[in-house]
Amino acid sequence: MTASTLRPGAPAQPRFEPELARRKLTGTLFYGACLAAIGILLMALLLLLYDVLSRGLPWLDWDFITGVPSRRPANAGLMPALIGSIQIALMVALFTFPTGVAAAIYLTEYAADSRVTRILRTNIANLAGVPSIIYGIFGLALFVRIAGFGFTVLSGALTLTLLILPVVIIASFEALKAVPDAQREGAYALGASRWQMVRGALLPAAAPGIMTGLILAMARAIGEAAPLLLVGASVFVTFVPNPLNGAYTVLPVQVYQWAGRPQEDFQGIAAAAIIVILLLMLFLNALALIVRVRLSRHIQW
Amino acid sequence: MTSAARPMTRQRPASERVIEVLLFLAASVGVLTTIGIVVVLAVQTLEFFLQVSPIEFLTGTYWSASIRPYAWGVLPLISGTLLVAGIALIVAVPLGLLAAVLLAEYASTRQRNAIKPILETLAGIPTIVLGFFAINFVTPNLLKPIFGDAIGTFNALSGGIVVGLLITPLIASISEDSMSAVPRGMREGAYAMGATKFEVVRKVVFPAAISGIMASIILAASRAIGETMAVVLAVGTSPNLTLNPLESTQTMTAFIVQISTGDTPQGSVQFQSLFAVAAVLFTMTLVLNLISNRVVARFRTAY
Repeated sequence: MTASTLRPGAPAQPRFEPELARRKLTGTLFYGACLAAIGILLMALLLLLYDVLSRGLPWLDWDFITGVPSRRPANAGLMPALIGSIQIALMVALFTFPTGVAAAIYLTEYAADSRVTRILRTNIANLAGVPSIIYGIFGLALFVRIAGFGFTVLSGALTLTLLILPVVIIASFEALKAVPDAQREGAYALGASRWQMVRGALLPAAAPGIMTGLILAMARAIGEAAPLLLVGASVFVTFVPNPLNGAYTVLPVQVYQWAGRPQEDFQGIAAAAIIVILLLMLFLNALALIVRVRLSRHIQW
Repeated sequence: MTSAARPMTRQRPASERVIEVLLFLAASVGVLTTIGIVVVLAVQTLEFFLQVSPIEFLTGTYWSASIRPYAWGVLPLISGTLLVAGIALIVAVPLGLLAAVLLAEYASTRQRNAIKPILETLAGIPTIVLGFFAINFVTPNLLKPIFGDAIGTFNALSGGIVVGLLITPLIASISEDSMSAVPRGMREGAYAMGATKFEVVRKVVFPAAISGIMASIILAASRAIGETMAVVLAVGTSPNLTLNPLESTQTMTAFIVQISTGDTPQGSVQFQSLFAVAAVLFTMTLVLNLISNRVVARFRTAY
């Protein structure tokens, strides 16, 4: 219904909504493009999973999990890499937890908003942007050579600790910030010192967030390969490693070694090892969820 | 950012002081790490420059660290790195921004709950898995049918595509936060003027969120330049001063892996070159991260 139909004979008026149909069509096309983008990402993810599962599942059996690497893919196993990864993840958690939580406590509760703390905070944000392989080079110089730990699980775990520390600090920082000030004031009103307040009131309240951050950091440690290649994760280890002495390997490094070979069968066992990594990460993510729900059950404010 | 609440007691026992010092030491680990990285890279790079001239290193167009005659021109490694990162951005910027718009402007809560896990899963996949995907799926099943024999088994394109998938969630999540922070009133003003939803997104939300969007893209570029495991299998081991994405090339990160996993004796020129390349890589990512911080600070509009 346009203006000209209302008054016959009057000059055609400009329409109130010029080209609305075309503008709406542009909008619909754009919305379609947004959906297509998500569709492409979902498709890529499904193709990746399909590719890994279809190649890897036929190789995945108990002998593969418990065996040691071999030059013949049919005999090859994952045990040294699996144990190496678990050792690394546990040691990273052991080192990261106290340091990361302590740093976050300092930044939220103790530090005045001074120049020094601003530098500390900016620095943590910048560290998160340093490529992981650079940490490997630093770990090689500091832990392997200067500290003399050699190419061991210990050097690997310390290197990954430095890499993952910023993530844990930021997660703990957010968890501590989310605790309402009334909790702090309540503790002080009862005569608590600052540390008593932190230990008795703050940490229990922030525990779900801190623990979740820590478990997710372990998942990250299990997936990291690049820095470990520099601090001695070897590509061919046929024994279960001693964490303080001697060569070791981890799951992603084992995948790298197998996937780098041209034979189809090695791609198959690489895919089987990837399935094990993904299952471990799935397990840790589920654990993080459970811990979060269980620990926060008693917290209400 | 200290809390408003403070303890009432004035005298503090010695144990409280000790605890504070310990906490401060933990908080300083990050700064010490940064200083350590810079010192290690600087010292080792200087040692390398005692044997190879910095001018040859920075301007040379030929790199051969494992086959005689050795050549130490880093430009082919830089071009390989930029090529892969460029392809990654061509993939990730449209996908990431469209996903961000969908999440920030169009999706209902239920749709968000369906879409977010896709991005989070993609972000959480170990990067070696994406490298595996590049050589076992992207090159043989996606690129070979298109380019035929023109594309090699190892090529920059497949590496760039999977790195693109890897950085898409980064662009999407930072850009989405930035778009969500645009106040409702600005959108409603535009609607009141008769704008369609797309016009509101394009002419109001997008310009208002531009600082976060730019920052996300720069951070993603930095991440792509430093990515290792997703490219090391896919792009090959031939440093090549080319912009042809179908050819094999080598990135700085892939070179570092090649040297560190080979049997290069420590202390040799080859081994020292690893630190010089790492110094270039560190400088490039640091500059990008600083620019990204600047962009946020400079163009942030307070609403």
